[in-house]
Amino acid sequence: MNTSTRTTARTLGVAVRAMVVFTLLLGVAYTAVVTGVGQLLMPAQANGSLVRAADGSLTGSTLIGQSFTTAKGEPLAQWFQSRPSAAGETGYDAGASSGSNLGPNSGDLEKAVRERRAQIAAFNRVDPAEVPVDAVTASGSGLDPDISPAYALLQVERVAAARDLPAATVRALVEKHIQGPDLGFLGQSTVDVLELNSALAKLTR
Amino acid sequence: MDALVHSDLPAWLSAGLALLVLVVVLGLTHRLLGDYLTRVYTSESDWRVERGLYRLMGVDPRAEQSWPAYLRGVLAFSLVGVLLVYLLQRIQPWLPYSLGLPAPSEPLSFNTAVSFVTNTNWQSYSPEVTLGYTVQLAGLAVQNFVSAAVGIAVAIALVRGFAHRRTGTIGNFWVDLLRGCLRVLLPISVVGAIVLIAGGVIQNFSGFQTATTLVGGTQSIPGGPVASQEVIKMLGTNGGGFFNANSAHPFENPTGWTNLLEILLMLAIPVALPRVFGRMVGDLRQGYAVLAAMGVIFVASFGLMTWAELAGGGSATQAAGGAMEGKEQRFGIVGSTLFSTTSTATSTGAVNAMHDSFTPFGGLMALLNMMIGELAPGGVGSGLYGILVIAIIAVFIAGLLVGRTPEYLGKKIGAREIKLASLYILVTPALVLLGTALSFAIPAIRADVVSTSIWNPGIHGFSEVLYAFTSAANNNGSAFAGLTANTPWFTTALGVAMLLGRFVPIVLVLALAGSLAAQDRVPVTAGTLPTHRPQFVGLLIGVIVIVTALTYFPVLALGPLAEGLS
Repeated sequence: MNTSTRTTARTLGVAVRAMVVFTLLLGVAYTAVVTGVGQLLMPAQANGSLVRAADGSLTGSTLIGQSFTTAKGEPLAQWFQSRPSAAGETGYDAGASSGSNLGPNSGDLEKAVRERRAQIAAFNRVDPAEVPVDAVTASGSGLDPDISPAYALLQVERVAAARDLPAATVRALVEKHIQGPDLGFLGQSTVDVLELNSALAKLTR
Repeated sequence: MDALVHSDLPAWLSAGLALLVLVVVLGLTHRLLGDYLTRVYTSESDWRVERGLYRLMGVDPRAEQSWPAYLRGVLAFSLVGVLLVYLLQRIQPWLPYSLGLPAPSEPLSFNTAVSFVTNTNWQSYSPEVTLGYTVQLAGLAVQNFVSAAVGIAVAIALVRGFAHRRTGTIGNFWVDLLRGCLRVLLPISVVGAIVLIAGGVIQNFSGFQTATTLVGGTQSIPGGPVASQEVIKMLGTNGGGFFNANSAHPFENPTGWTNLLEILLMLAIPVALPRVFGRMVGDLRQGYAVLAAMGVIFVASFGLMTWAELAGGGSATQAAGGAMEGKEQRFGIVGSTLFSTTSTATSTGAVNAMHDSFTPFGGLMALLNMMIGELAPGGVGSGLYGILVIAIIAVFIAGLLVGRTPEYLGKKIGAREIKLASLYILVTPALVLLGTALSFAIPAIRADVVSTSIWNPGIHGFSEVLYAFTSAANNNGSAFAGLTANTPWFTTALGVAMLLGRFVPIVLVLALAGSLAAQDRVPVTAGTLPTHRPQFVGLLIGVIVIVTALTYFPVLALGPLAEGLS
């Protein structure tokens, strides 16, 4: 009893000292080295691929999706629209990343999908069958920066009309922003909506 | 226009190509990392810095331990880990870089501490609004390293049991722990983190920055030391996200190629360990046999999940025209199913797509990957010791069928070994089924579970609870995340399931290691069952599938099977 208590106490002592060593090594030193290298060699990426306006103020991140709607959530015709989002109350809340987590047979989800399809079809004056799947589903993060090329091209006429630009000009801009899958097969083709809309804003001016 | 829109490869072709890349890269790392790991865990010499650290810790690195002493080390170290992570959370408001966040509640702190020490990384909380940077890196990131090193150590101890003859010892836990962290996990993590930063994963201490969006709204852009944590979250098959959305978050996993890199990181060590096993028992073919069984199950599982998601079952999925709810555009369906298969077939539990929104059969595959005990290829260490225990059962069954004395690698599988192995395969099913049953059987808990926790009512809600206990007991950590798990019942019950699901099997495995190490090697005769041939690989796969199917079929029939077939 006495020896086993002593053995246990000695083992616990080793465990405590080991934990201190590992915390300093793997928690503090390791994080410091990686942060140092990242900030020194790749500050743009390490700081979040931030996008700044001409006056230097922060507009967002190319990696984080945004809403292009009124404060009430109504889509603005002159901007390309992002996917639906379940992050936060109004979507694209970067402090509350989340998917909807609604199940494949969820009645709520089915209803939402049908409403989105009808709304997008009417908004862009296209046949509901043409609305692609990414336009009516929320992403896993709620912060998906991308839409499919199909959804971007579907919005061209509407955006061009709202901005009084030739549709061909807007279409060419979209095509310039289509990014194929990495290595040709990892994932899907994407269009980064913030980058596209930023370019669009410059085009108008 | 059409040419551009439809330029993506057909889904099955991109799935095949991604699988091909995995096979080629992992084939290479299997050799290189496997041989390196063998040297790490068999070398007699210490690095100078290690000698210093042993002195600090008060450890004699040359002292060999019996299995009870080895186990005492594992348990003491894990206990200290739980206490430290619990304490760090409770004092969060006074820590630097706490981002003004309060201390998480006591049950939640307990659940999170247990979760990270047991290599589960179940998260009952939303990280960006719960934990500051100090808890994340001094508490969670450290456990990501050491819980992985503990897993590898236990697996190596079991392999030593097979390799040693008539010794009472299975190595030294503190040496295995330190070498695992210092020689294996740390160097790969430093390189991996820097590569991830190049891909766009963030690494800063900026806190939240307010942006004025293009249309004049405001958006809070988060910061944090993410890359350093992301890499070990994958490499150590931990899975706990820096953000709520985990690897679906663009700051954790920004591109198609970081997605593939994260998948490779999850698989690297589990795929290399069978080679360590082969080397240490002196017959590489034994390692290949185990690896072949893992590979067959993994590819089959990936194929089935991908098929289910591409088929797009479910009324909401069909209304949308495809299974993209909860999936990122940059990954698509195949990039999501490959990640999800990897994450649940190892013990990682990271997600780059929301499993709760998967089609019924897609979600079923994630559940099955965990239910077979996460051994194709399994978590770091836990995958190898898991499949070796099943191999013992397979040898025993083969022995019964043909009337031979069961032996594995020259060690007799007697009553004691079979008892330990049988107990091992009973632990997690008991925890899963008991936890799920109690959630609905106790009236007060049932009321709370149904009204507060379950997000999708009906059959799918039952699957959410089943998934939670399956994930916790198998130390996976992924979730049907609609479930609100930050309730007294779930934080406590899942905490207990994680603890027992991690440490009871470890006790049994180390006891098994001690018992095997004490035996002499029996010579190979004409009557010995060869355990390196395709025939044995088939037997092994058969035992894995049958043991799982028999145990879980009824409960699966109540959940995902019922949903998928209705």
